[in-house]
Formats: sequence, C-alpha cells, structure tokens
Amino acid sequence: MQQELTSSQTVGIVDNTWDDPDRRAPLVLGGKDFTAVTDTVAALAFRRPPLGWYICFGLALALLGLLGITVLYLFSTGVGVWGNNQPVSWAFDIVNFVFWVGIGHAGTLISAILFLFRQNWRTSINRFAEGMTIFAVICAGMFPAIHVGRPWLAYWLGPIPNQMGMWPQFRSPLLWDVFAVSTYATVSTLFWYVGMLPDLATLRDRATGRIRQFVYGVLSLGWTGSARHWHRFEKAYLLLAALATPLVLSVHSVVSFDFATSQLPGWHTTIFPPYFVAGAVFGGFAMVLTLAIPARQFLGLRDLITLRHLENMSKILLGTGLIVAYAYGTEIFMAWYSGQHYEQFAFVNRYFGPYSKAAWLMVFCNVVAPQVLWFKKVRTDPWLLLAVAMCVNVGMWFERFVIIVTSLHRDFLPSSWAMYCPTWVDLGMLAGSFGLFFTLFLLFIRFLPIVAMAEVKTVMPEAHGHSGPGGTSTPDERKFDYQPDEGEMQPQMHADVRG
Amino acid sequence: MKSTGEPPLALKMKATDTDNPAVLDSKRRTYAMLGEFTNVDSLLAACRAVRKAGYTRWDAHSPFPIHGIDSAMGTRQTILPWLVLGAGLGGALLGIALPWYTNAVEYPYYISGKPLMSTPAFVPVIFELAVLFSALTAVFGMILLNGMPMLYNPLLSSERFRRVTSDRFFVVIGADDRLYDAQATETLLRSLGAVHVETVED
Repeated sequence: MQQELTSSQTVGIVDNTWDDPDRRAPLVLGGKDFTAVTDTVAALAFRRPPLGWYICFGLALALLGLLGITVLYLFSTGVGVWGNNQPVSWAFDIVNFVFWVGIGHAGTLISAILFLFRQNWRTSINRFAEGMTIFAVICAGMFPAIHVGRPWLAYWLGPIPNQMGMWPQFRSPLLWDVFAVSTYATVSTLFWYVGMLPDLATLRDRATGRIRQFVYGVLSLGWTGSARHWHRFEKAYLLLAALATPLVLSVHSVVSFDFATSQLPGWHTTIFPPYFVAGAVFGGFAMVLTLAIPARQFLGLRDLITLRHLENMSKILLGTGLIVAYAYGTEIFMAWYSGQHYEQFAFVNRYFGPYSKAAWLMVFCNVVAPQVLWFKKVRTDPWLLLAVAMCVNVGMWFERFVIIVTSLHRDFLPSSWAMYCPTWVDLGMLAGSFGLFFTLFLLFIRFLPIVAMAEVKTVMPEAHGHSGPGGTSTPDERKFDYQPDEGEMQPQMHADVRG
Repeated sequence: MKSTGEPPLALKMKATDTDNPAVLDSKRRTYAMLGEFTNVDSLLAACRAVRKAGYTRWDAHSPFPIHGIDSAMGTRQTILPWLVLGAGLGGALLGIALPWYTNAVEYPYYISGKPLMSTPAFVPVIFELAVLFSALTAVFGMILLNGMPMLYNPLLSSERFRRVTSDRFFVVIGADDRLYDAQATETLLRSLGAVHVETVED
C-alpha cells in the first residue's frame, strides 16, 4: 500500500527523488501547509525585491535599450544594416525567430501536455514556464515583423482588404506561420491568464496598498473560489489543455514548413516537423531549467520546486535530446542513402565546410553534453544541471544557425555561393532580444504569482477528502489519490445513495 | 427628463441618509451567511448536509478545486464544452471560407498549376482558426457563465472570507434562499463543524 506523507511529515526532507513506488514522493516539502504555500509565494509579490533583482533588472534594461537602438537604426536605414546578402537572405532574423518560438514550446508542454497526462509535479513550475512561453513568443514575433523590410506595411501579412485589391497567398507556409504564431501567442496568453485568476485573487485578498488592491482586484475579475465557478474553470482549463496540445505541435511543424517546403538541399526533408518539435521542447526545457534553478535558489522556492522537479525536467531534457540526436543522424543517413549529389554536398559542407565549427559546437552541446544526465548525481545537482542547460541553450541557437546559414550559403550553383557574417546590428539584436525577455521575466517575478498556488495545493495530500489535519482518514482510504466521482457518471444513482 | 429646478430626489435622499446612520443601516440588508471550515473533509460533509436540508441558493468556496464537491453539492455539468465545440466548428468553417473566397473567388491565384481551391494547403489555416475560436470561447465562455467580471461582491467585505483564497473553506448560504432563517441556518452551520459563522450585508 502506498504511503502518503502529510505536510507536517515533510520537514527536513531535502531529497525527494526516491524511486520506491511504495512511498509517494511529496511534491511540497519543508512541512508547508496551505497557509505556508500562500505565504511563500504571495510574499514574493509584496516584499521589496533583493539587491540582486535590481542588478539583473538593470542589466536587462540596458540590453533592452540596445534592442531599441538597433531596431531604430534598422527602421531608419533598412535591412542592409544586417549581414544578410544573396544567397543568405535569411540569417539572424529567422535564426532568432525559430530559437525563441522553440523556447516557448516547453511552457505549453508543461501546462498542457503534462496536465493531460496527470503529471502532478508540473504544478510548481507551470506558471513561470507559461510566462516564459509568452515572453519568448513576444521576442519571436518581433523578428519576422522587423525583417519584412518595411515594417509599417507588416499588416499586408494579414487577410485585410487593401487598396491593391490583393489578398495573402494561402498556399504559402509563411502565411500559415502568421496564423500559427498569432494563434499560439493568443492561446498561450489566455492559458496563462486563466490559470492565474485564482492566484491574482489571492494577491488581491492580501494586498495592503490601494493601488495594488485595485489592480489585482480588476485583474482577478472578482474571483471568490466558488465551487460552481471552479467547476467551469476546471472544464475550461481542461479544454484549453486539449486545444493547446495539438496547437503547440502544429506551430513548430508550420515553422519547419517554412524550410521543408522549399527545394533547398538541407531544408527539403520530411523529417523536419517532428525534428523541429522535439528540438523546440528540448531547447525550451533547457530554458525552463535556466530560469528555475536560480529562481528556486534566490527566491526561497526550494520547498516548492524540489529536486524531484529538477530531476523530472532533466529526464525530459535527456529524452528529447536523444530524439534530436537521432534526427541529426537520420538527416546524415538520408543524405547519403538518397544518392542525391546536392543533398550529400549540403551535409559534407555542413560538417566540414567553412561553418563546421558551428556544426560541431551544435553536436557537442545538443548530443554529447546532455549524456551526463544519465547519472542521477548530475540530475540532482542543481548547478551541474544548470551548466548542461546552458550548453543546450547555446547548442539550440547554433542548430538553427547551422540549418539556415549552411544550407543557404552554398546551394546548387557554385557561382551563387557566398559567405555570411553577422554585423554588430545582428549581434546587438540577438543580445537585445534577451534583454526584452529578461525584462519581462523579471517584472513578472516581481509583481505576479510565480507559482500556481491553487494548483500546488491540489497536489498536497490535505487537498483530498479523508486525509489531512482534522480529516476522517483511515489508512485504507488514503491509498486512493484519485477518487472516482460517482456523481458525474450517474447523477440519478448518486442522488439515491446520498438521499 | 424634465428639469424641475429642484435637486434630484436621489441627491436629497443621500444627504439625509449620510447624516443619519440609523437610516443608512436600515437600508442595508443581509446578503448571506458564511460558515467557515478548516479542512476539505468537513467542507464536503457540510455541502452534503446543506444540500440535503433543501437549500438551493448557496455555494461553497475554497482556495482550490476540490475533487468530489460537484456531486456533494449536486452541481450540474456546464454547457461550456458544447459552446466550445460550436465555436471550433465555426472557426473551421471560417478557415475554409477565407482562403476559398480570397484565393479562389475574389482574387484567383494561379500558383504552379495547382487548383484554385487547394484544400490540403489550406489545412493549417483551418486548424489554427478552429483552435483560436475554441480557445477564446472556452475562456470568455467560462468567465461570462461564472458571472464575471464581478468587481463588487458583498462577500469580500468580510475580513475572514479573504482567507478563502489561501487556506480556508466556506459555505455561503444566500439570504434570499426560501429556507434561510438567521437562527436555524446558523445552528445548521455550527452543527456541521463551522469554526466561525457570520453574516455579511449588502
């Protein structure tokens, strides 16, 4: 029979990564009960942030300023300020776009797919993973908008009647991208906001200042935790998860169509959609770990984001990393097996041509480095894990660089070959996009509930009937974590039973 | 409206009311009675009992969704999934109509000899619009069916009720319930294990 620890029994446990199926691992440690969970998370939104926050925020703002300057320079001068040329007409702009869109996917995976699979550990990390998704999609959406050359005409991308009497071309994957990414941004934001409603109400009820009471009051829409509201809330949340799951798979598939539907060797492959989705989840989980490890350390969230959470994430990192490694291998195999001259050249050139350093860096960071995650020692050591995650962040950016630049710079005709070199504006925009991302993220951890308090409480043993302090639990009843709800299936019968 | 030169009635009333607290108080009426519980079990038991006692205008409030409370309270299934299904189908229809009208009818695009209505190429847009409309309906449908945004709620005037978003559980029985009786309802809530009972006024 499975034993479940009540919250008071979790004092002193640091390592909850045991694999013994007889002892259910607690997901909230430190003896925290409902009150303590609220206090821990809500305090972060109300207290004066530590000095480190101001330093990070200052750095992020400086990079954001750099983004502003480079974007202004780009708009006032033209895309010639970039290193893009013919034939490398897509470069950092699209590399950064794919990189940031991919980052976002881990957030949706945690909030939607792990929700459908009833992975309870997701509750501690889903809020800021979703936040990360939205900020990453904002960074991503910026690049296609500014790379169109005349951004004030970017509205031509949408199906809006205009004076030319022309419509967008719906057979183009670039247009699918417009629909996919804008739908993804909208649905992610809705998902994030809906999940946050109950927690915003918590902040409203604890806020002391008039301004905060008003702002949290308006944002929480008058949520009072009514059971009848929870009923619809849970239904809406389940529906959103079920909708976001195919959506997230479609978004990176559509992004990969931008490449796969072209004729270019190195791009024109059917493996791209699953390869891109796996890569996106891989890169996204690395970013979640990059944010989660410092956050739990410096914000005092070690009892909520436990070692078990980190270990689970690193297992997903390892698993998706293996899929990515398999995809690299398949690409090379297919190039050889196809017997196609241009395809074979594209891959020889990729790994042994002028950009081979980037390609081998990608292989080292994405294939070799994650292998240390086979060892539990590494999976449960936050700082080693952070080092692996940083490797993957770098590797996934270089993956997109390698796919885009090495395929474009030497295509069919040697007479059209050219090299690509980024300018300071390219590099400034890449750094600046990190500034935008971290500015938004730091504001988020300053003012909003960064852990889904209501959801974390549902995975604590006290949240279920028949257990917890004052509960009428018997050891027999406790083994059922999930109690089937007879009333939902047979309302008539349940009325008889309950009278 | 005709102007009579006199101040409107409402303004006159207000002036006298604020001068006289007794008048003000008489205008306030009881909105609901709150029973506070400290754990999930006693809340579930209370919900079953309140329902059995025949109350109809009542609710339970908790910091998180509680499994099994729907059957304890007799909550009916929401129609939200049907609304979402309808919206999703509507979105898909729009996703078919938009490329068809713009690329095959209004401005025919001949691209590499493909048919004007290239259904496979339109699938991504059809799918995305179906998801977009469903998701918007799921969220705004939930919010509107829940009667939100509700920026004024008499319950929030209770200091103790504010813990409902942290660690306390409440059964709220509306004063407009036909079984509501200040004495009997309070006795019922206390007998069910409420650690605190109070009324809020509107």
